Amino acid sequence: MNSVIKAASYVLMHTPDMIIHNGSTPATERIVAPDSEFLKKLPASIRSYDDVLAYAPNQTYIGNMTPAELGKIEQPWYDKKIDAKREGKFGEIMPEDEFILLMQICDVFDLVLLDKDFVAATKDKFAAGPAVTPEMAARVKEGHDAADIAKLVEKEHSEGLYFNGKLIGAVKRAHDIDINLSAHVIHENLVSKAGSVLALRHLVQNAGIDASEIQYVIDCSEEACGDVNQRGGGNFAKAAAEIAGLSNATGEDVRGFCAAPAHAMITAAALVKSGAYDCVAVTAGGATAKLGMNSKDHIKKGMPTLEDVLGGFAVLVVANDGVNPEINLNIVGRHTVGSGSSPQAVTSALVSNALEQNGLKITDIDKYAAEMQNPDLTKPAGAGDVPLANYKMIGALAVTRGEMEKPALATFPAERGMVGWAPTQGHIPSGVPYIGFCREEILAGKVKTAMIIGKGSLFLGRMTNLFDGVSFVIQANSGDSGASAVGEAEVKKLIAQAMKDFAMSLMGQEEK
Amino acid sequence: MSLISGKKTIVIGDRDGVPGPAIEDCVKAAGADVVYSSTECFV
Repeated sequence: MNSVIKAASYVLMHTPDMIIHNGSTPATERIVAPDSEFLKKLPASIRSYDDVLAYAPNQTYIGNMTPAELGKIEQPWYDKKIDAKREGKFGEIMPEDEFILLMQICDVFDLVLLDKDFVAATKDKFAAGPAVTPEMAARVKEGHDAADIAKLVEKEHSEGLYFNGKLIGAVKRAHDIDINLSAHVIHENLVSKAGSVLALRHLVQNAGIDASEIQYVIDCSEEACGDVNQRGGGNFAKAAAEIAGLSNATGEDVRGFCAAPAHAMITAAALVKSGAYDCVAVTAGGATAKLGMNSKDHIKKGMPTLEDVLGGFAVLVVANDGVNPEINLNIVGRHTVGSGSSPQAVTSALVSNALEQNGLKITDIDKYAAEMQNPDLTKPAGAGDVPLANYKMIGALAVTRGEMEKPALATFPAERGMVGWAPTQGHIPSGVPYIGFCREEILAGKVKTAMIIGKGSLFLGRMTNLFDGVSFVIQANSGDSGASAVGEAEVKKLIAQAMKDFAMSLMGQEEK
Repeated sequence: MSLISGKKTIVIGDRDGVPGPAIEDCVKAAGADVVYSSTECFV
């Protein structure tokens, strides 16, 4: 019995100060060219929270508009404002001050110290957030003197936390020598954990379940936690589950660069289908290093710095309920060691090979979600329109294979794909942003099948020159939840009991 | 005899375009010597 997708959540966290202090591009520039024009122009290029809310791709990410509606707005999108809402049906866009408190409650080793005035000014606002439980609000710790915070940053190797350009906190290192527990690493990991916690809380709300029902959590972000003896020991999943109140869950971390969410979804579906667990959450928080990653190009072209939000998402995979869309594990595409690296080889491995093995054509899939990066962010940086490039390649492969006429190639991206809307947060855009919309479109009968494709740049880790990717198919529920099978078993049990009773009664009569 | 035959080449591929190893195969087939090859990820 296939597992099903019961709910999905999507969250963004607006962190303008972290772009400057923690983004890898500005941080590198401070080392190689501390007096550069880019660093001088960066602060003024950063958007306000209100502007971030009014940005159409962000409203799409949290579910207030569909990808199709976004596609109707002429690009670029950054110079057009739409109705700004903090909350959407999938999640929210959290402001930076509340996110810093969320980081504080995710810290269980007293490594995050915040200014007392900042805590006093923010804690009620934080507690009133749409996904913050009373238990989470109760974890907020009182603040410290500003002088103590400044000393930690200036003299004790701590990472500064800033709000509106002002130092309001510090993340301390967790060890004097071990670089794996440096303030930088702890900061990055707490950011990822906090985003995952927020996504998990929205997931619980969206699914309408009790948090204790989730048995297993799979974290698929791009960070690593551990110490000198186990650099990537983990486990973000259980750490986030603890703060999110998932008292009956354990979990694991699945890694694979941007392909990790697709790997994690296949793992979750397999765990549920096997019967090992009934209720599994796949989750990820965001990556501080990628904030402002392409900001040099954005600023050079007179644009705002658009990579100003951290991303997070969560998906709930449960046993088949006869209603929700199924994950079909018979159709799993995978780029193998021997697949080859040409674009055609990659697309064949991820798309057509798996379909062909199941007697299907590329045109048998209604929607494809490959890499849903927002083109507003990537085109000015010279990376092009990534989703469009993927759709052109899939369409071209369909033509090459004789599954589609060449003229249909022009309309293939619009018909089988969609515009990208996700921030360039690595794993966040990789296929999974569509799962929430996909579930709704399948339930509404608008879409019958969709293929989610994740791709990952393994070569960045310098362990292999290989690329990676996997894909899976979501389809409308067949309506067979297994309830009839249970019913049949029940009937057999009842008949057996009745026959036993009858036999016993006969025996009783004979005895008389 | 191709334009790059016998030349030394530096290959920089794009994960979402044409990756380094694929370009490498092409330039080698055209008779060039690859002195450096990498693939970059811009997203």
